[in-house]
Amino acid sequence: MNIKPKVGVVSCSGECCSLGTLSRVATRLVLEELRPDQTVTICLPLFLAGETEEHGFAKEHPTIAVDGCGKLCAKKAVTKYSKEPVYAVDVEATIKEWKISPPKDRRVLNAKDVKTARRLAEQLAERVDAIQEAA
Amino acid sequence: MKKPVLVIPCSGIGKSFGSISRDATFRVCDDLRKGKSDTLCLSLLVMGDDEAKERVSTSKCITVDGCPLECSLHNVKRSGGNVVATFKVIDVLKENRGFKPKKVTFLDDDGENLSKILAEKIAAKVDELMEESR
Repeated sequence: MNIKPKVGVVSCSGECCSLGTLSRVATRLVLEELRPDQTVTICLPLFLAGETEEHGFAKEHPTIAVDGCGKLCAKKAVTKYSKEPVYAVDVEATIKEWKISPPKDRRVLNAKDVKTARRLAEQLAERVDAIQEAA
Repeated sequence: MKKPVLVIPCSGIGKSFGSISRDATFRVCDDLRKGKSDTLCLSLLVMGDDEAKERVSTSKCITVDGCPLECSLHNVKRSGGNVVATFKVIDVLKENRGFKPKKVTFLDDDGENLSKILAEKIAAKVDELMEESR
């Protein structure tokens, strides 16, 4: 039997702007609702501050980095301490491409923002499937 | 004009406590003490961003952590931050044992209530720190 490795979905913390909240919510939707049995996560600040055990996360799991802005903290962190993520999404660039404006509030997402988060989450879930398929 | 106090949450993504730390921080920075407080991306700071490092070293910082690993406190200190106060969600929970927050993505009522209580505490600390700066 071929046991597929769980996919690590790592979101930036993104406290500076609402796009960080969007990244985080999209990531959580994948973990909680869309692919709960196929995915795991780790807090990015813990991963960054951690040592061998935390840095081993991306060595054990193929990862997807989810970043709110073009600074790409999650992607750079995973690449620096483990290995390059299999897939990385820049939420700012993605929603710009979709012609959707960023959420106005970084604490509470409105219905339109949640819809955007779900769309992002569905895209991430498809990537999870593709990564597992290729494994 | 006085420099805003920096409130930096751990934003832990695995448990509701991380969400509460983040939610309470936004309540303070965007509502309760808007203009007197601000936040920054913890991950950007830990990645070594020069501007973020400069901000934490020249501002009074309050760290807000969800779990005992205290990622915010340790990371801000490690980055040369001037940490003058720390809060832990778990302490607020101990003082309010009736609340049982469970949701992570969107806080449930207990999570919201704990966030409000924590935010009030942080806001009071911001006032105290601003007063000291006079």
